[in-house]
Amino acid sequence: MSRLDKQAIVAGPGYSRWLIPPAALAVHLSIGQVYAFSVFKNSLVESFDTSLTAIGWVFSLSIVMLGLSAAVLGTWVERSGPRKAMVAAAACWGTGFLIGSAGIASSQLWLLYLGYGVIGGIGLGIGYISPVSTLIKWFPDRPGLATGMAIMGFGGGALIASPLSNALMAFFDGDFVSTEPGAVASGSALARTFLTLGIVYTIFMLIGATLVRVPPGHGDDATAEHSPGTNGALVRASQAIRTPQFWFLWVVLFCNVTAGIGILEQAAPMIQDFFRENGDSSVSAAAAGGFVGVLSLANMLGRFVWSSLSDRIGRKPTYIMYLGVGLVLYLLLALFGSSSTAVFVALAAVIISYYGGGFATVPAYLKDLFGTLEVGAIHGRLLTAWAAAGVAGPLIVNGILDSVGEPGNLVAADYRPALLTMVGVLAVGFVANLMIRPVAESHFDTDAHADHEQRSSNRQEATR
Amino acid sequence: MSADDTTPPNASTPTTTSPVVVALAWLLVGVPLLYGLWQTLVKASALFTG
Repeated sequence: MSRLDKQAIVAGPGYSRWLIPPAALAVHLSIGQVYAFSVFKNSLVESFDTSLTAIGWVFSLSIVMLGLSAAVLGTWVERSGPRKAMVAAAACWGTGFLIGSAGIASSQLWLLYLGYGVIGGIGLGIGYISPVSTLIKWFPDRPGLATGMAIMGFGGGALIASPLSNALMAFFDGDFVSTEPGAVASGSALARTFLTLGIVYTIFMLIGATLVRVPPGHGDDATAEHSPGTNGALVRASQAIRTPQFWFLWVVLFCNVTAGIGILEQAAPMIQDFFRENGDSSVSAAAAGGFVGVLSLANMLGRFVWSSLSDRIGRKPTYIMYLGVGLVLYLLLALFGSSSTAVFVALAAVIISYYGGGFATVPAYLKDLFGTLEVGAIHGRLLTAWAAAGVAGPLIVNGILDSVGEPGNLVAADYRPALLTMVGVLAVGFVANLMIRPVAESHFDTDAHADHEQRSSNRQEATR
Repeated sequence: MSADDTTPPNASTPTTTSPVVVALAWLLVGVPLLYGLWQTLVKASALFTG
């Protein structure tokens, strides 16, 4: 048995469960860097002397690999336990940066695709799901709060990485001033920044791996006591994907993410276009950048606040809020968003908080539906919806906007078709959520269910 | 395996972990997060001043 195995990290008596969220945050704050990748875009375009699209593929590749690796390796993560998964994620994420750094230093773009995109993307997928199942097991009474804290870290990671990366590039390249429009760092500074980030993130994630423990009794899946779903369900991942509930929830996540991307993708030009008259916008470029910051904060806070709220009001009503209220807010944004910047910002911020909340609440929803037996592996499979939405969202929005002009030179009315399309997307998700019912008993894992019944009965006997 | 070994943790489970260790762990992740939050707030303030 190695020190990484699940059996080796069973918490001793009295181990505080409040050490598990920081362990999870150490991983999620690190991998959340991916959403700050855009800070490198201009410098990478210059360094490789290539197009923005070619550099954009690095980010897209990493998100697709996130979804694929979470789906394919979810069962391995569940069986290996959080420490081994976190170490694997740290190795992939760190290696991704190091290979990316070598690619920049040698002007080999394919190395950046392979390193940051593919290997780093695998690290993203493993890292994202690595603490989820463990958190739910440590906090069976507050699964939404627990996973909300970790997944909030993924949103927070970008908030840290963006200024940190700019500071590092300025440190390695004295001529680089991040606040200057169109500023680019030298290839050498970029390579050193990637190298530094790779080392820092690896160490940070390994600290998380050192802190993490599984709750007492969870060292061996076969003998562990699993918390069932709301109707007593304990379902394995291979069976979960055969249930309509999994696919309804897949559609819910897909629609929620697609709609959120609709705003996030075009945030800065969108706010300027909404308040453009006679060719001039009343919103400055700096204020538009501030709007992106407000959305980042709303995205992060929504993950924690709404997911925690879901422990009190229930998962289904929470998604009714995300999709139903979100739909109304989207409609208001399309019809009245241009009435004032305060109205526009407030509506967009709440919509994006629902986008973040959708990510953070879904593990607890899965726990309610399928129990904790293989909830991490099921979550991994569900994340393919994120990867799909990551491709579909921008395609829909850009496709519609391309037909009317270029973002940055449009007016509010030009956005209406795209926003109304997103209202339709949210309506589909809303209906899918309403269709979710408790999982039929025929899908339960017979052995795990019988074992749980036996333990419950033994406990009742003991208390009599 | 004793019953205690398999009892799921809950809010009332007593802990023997030093509060200093818990505080240090939260500081480790809290400080970078606060740095990121502060930087973003500064950036976001441009919306109201820019």
